[in-house]
Amino acid sequence: MIEREITIRNRSGLHTRPAATLVKTAARFQAEFFITKDGMEINGKSIIGVMTLAAEQGSTLLLRFDGPDEEAAADAVVRLFESGFDEH
Amino acid sequence: MDTQLDTEIVLRGVAAAPGIAIGPAYVYSKQAPRVETRAVAGEDLQAEVERLRTAVARSEKELQKIQGFAEQKLGSQSARIFEAQIMILNDAILMRTIEKRIVAEHRNAESLVADEIGKYKRLMLAAPDEYMHERAHDVEDVMHRIIRNIQDQKLVSRLEGESIVVSEALAPADTVILSRNPILGYATDFGGVTSHAAILSRSLKIPAVVGLRTATKTIATGDVVALDGYAGCVVINPTGQTLDALRQKAQRLHEFEAKLVGLAGLPAETPDHRRIELAANIDLHDEVEFAHAQGAAGIGLYRTEGQIIGKGAYPDEEQQFREYKAVADAVFPHPVVFRAFDVGGDKIDPDGHHEANPFLGWRGIRVLLDRPELFLGQLRALLMASVRKNVRIMFPMIATVQELLVAREYVRKAKAELKTRNIPFDQRIPVGVMVEVPSAAILADELAQESDFLSIGTNDLVQYLMAVDRDNAAVASLYQPFHPAVLRTLKMIIDAGHRHHKPVGMCGEMAGDPLATIPLLGMGLDHFSLVPTMLPEIKKIIRSVTQKEARKVAEKALGMSSADEVRDYLTGVLRQRLPDIPLE
Repeated sequence: MIEREITIRNRSGLHTRPAATLVKTAARFQAEFFITKDGMEINGKSIIGVMTLAAEQGSTLLLRFDGPDEEAAADAVVRLFESGFDEH
Repeated sequence: MDTQLDTEIVLRGVAAAPGIAIGPAYVYSKQAPRVETRAVAGEDLQAEVERLRTAVARSEKELQKIQGFAEQKLGSQSARIFEAQIMILNDAILMRTIEKRIVAEHRNAESLVADEIGKYKRLMLAAPDEYMHERAHDVEDVMHRIIRNIQDQKLVSRLEGESIVVSEALAPADTVILSRNPILGYATDFGGVTSHAAILSRSLKIPAVVGLRTATKTIATGDVVALDGYAGCVVINPTGQTLDALRQKAQRLHEFEAKLVGLAGLPAETPDHRRIELAANIDLHDEVEFAHAQGAAGIGLYRTEGQIIGKGAYPDEEQQFREYKAVADAVFPHPVVFRAFDVGGDKIDPDGHHEANPFLGWRGIRVLLDRPELFLGQLRALLMASVRKNVRIMFPMIATVQELLVAREYVRKAKAELKTRNIPFDQRIPVGVMVEVPSAAILADELAQESDFLSIGTNDLVQYLMAVDRDNAAVASLYQPFHPAVLRTLKMIIDAGHRHHKPVGMCGEMAGDPLATIPLLGMGLDHFSLVPTMLPEIKKIIRSVTQKEARKVAEKALGMSSADEVRDYLTGVLRQRLPDIPLE
């Protein structure tokens, strides 16, 4: 299991579009993916869960990956956050 | 309705989408599907899972159809509302959880759909911001759709003939589906100008009035109703006279609107170059966009109570700050006047406080001064939102100079607190008084001296001045904004403000009444703030009359002795000047 902490950079936060991209990316991997924010943990492969987080720009999330391809999953997901979901 | 058939009833709400509709009402009640928890026998579990899958697939098909329809009718931006709902239907984790629970708990599909999706809905409703509350409605919509499909119920959305749809509230999908039928207009109990239904109605160009509170209780399917999406009211059982007037108004407005195109970008300036601040009255930050599109140069009245409605409680300081900041940013570089919480009276009351005579009771500044923590919290939130120096604060229901001084003392206190915490704010934030109590009108000189601006709230001022409750049909005819007594009071307030070099504005309904524009200009009013729908029309009038002419009209009206005389005179003036302007 690996954990990463990230801060949301893109302006609109994890609203519908970025949430969908995140879920799609995570789904490509076998590893389980959970997100914790303010003590609430949700399944990062579930769009309704990610929407519920109401994660805005500047909020900090704890990402947890668990599974055979956890390294690759973590890299792909973290890259997504770092690129600001390619929001321009 | 146990009222006589020939009595017309007027319900007042919020003008959400312009236009006039006359026709039979269709009361649309979308009851939440009933969900029972049932045990499912072991051999039927697989069939139960299949029921769920079929229902989800069918729901997706329905939503895709609605989305396609919305796209074609409204453009892809509006259709996105449905995209999120479709994504939820495709949420494999969510669906697998529900399926697993069906098998593990031997429970029926719909009860678990309600359980699992309801969980997220509650979480979203508990979140502090408006955006999440809207998402909660989307989630609820999807949940009901799946449950309905499991139960194999069809939602009746096919109406017979043309009708005015009356409902408690409309979900986006309802607005779109219903608009496939010949809908004349929408009237809803809840919602503000920002609700989805209001926004979609505007895109669909269907007249709508929202926030009518009792529409579904007062109106029955088949009742003839007239809906005025400009004035924000609905008339039940309209008389022939009302109908004629409204039909004419519709016709004139239709012709007139064609001539208003392009006006939004022009300044509100008289031909002899007197520049007027023409702003909009709003309740939530989502409305700023519409106000801008209508040509508003700022917000002259932001009713902070808007945030309480829907929550039933005061928002906390952080929620307030976020909302105020969003408004201030959206309005920048124009100014926005925030009116401190005005609860009590006929307004919303999160404290559950009831009194025999609320209009003469605990309301507005009286509540705020009795609840220092609430007041200070709001002032801090407003100050924190003022860093771009376009925020102004206004106190409602000021009746004495003492109240203003004490309120200002709280502003000083809030500033000092922020200073010690090193939080930036606008040191010279303008603080103004809403003049809506006769005593405040009489004290306008002192109030102007002790504040940065005055804004006249005519709705209450006229009621208090004439001692008439305009919702009381027995005396409503005495509610006369054009009575010389009212006009002279307005003049007195404006003059007092100007003696102290303070701008005087108006944010009551009168500011949006075309008949009042010229005399108000003539009396020297600096700032008009009104419902966004009326902005182009009022601007057109301002741009058509010189300050000199307006002054003459005002002087003449001020010298008259009855409201009828004033109205007739002003109607004549306006007709002569702008023959195509639509009047009541």
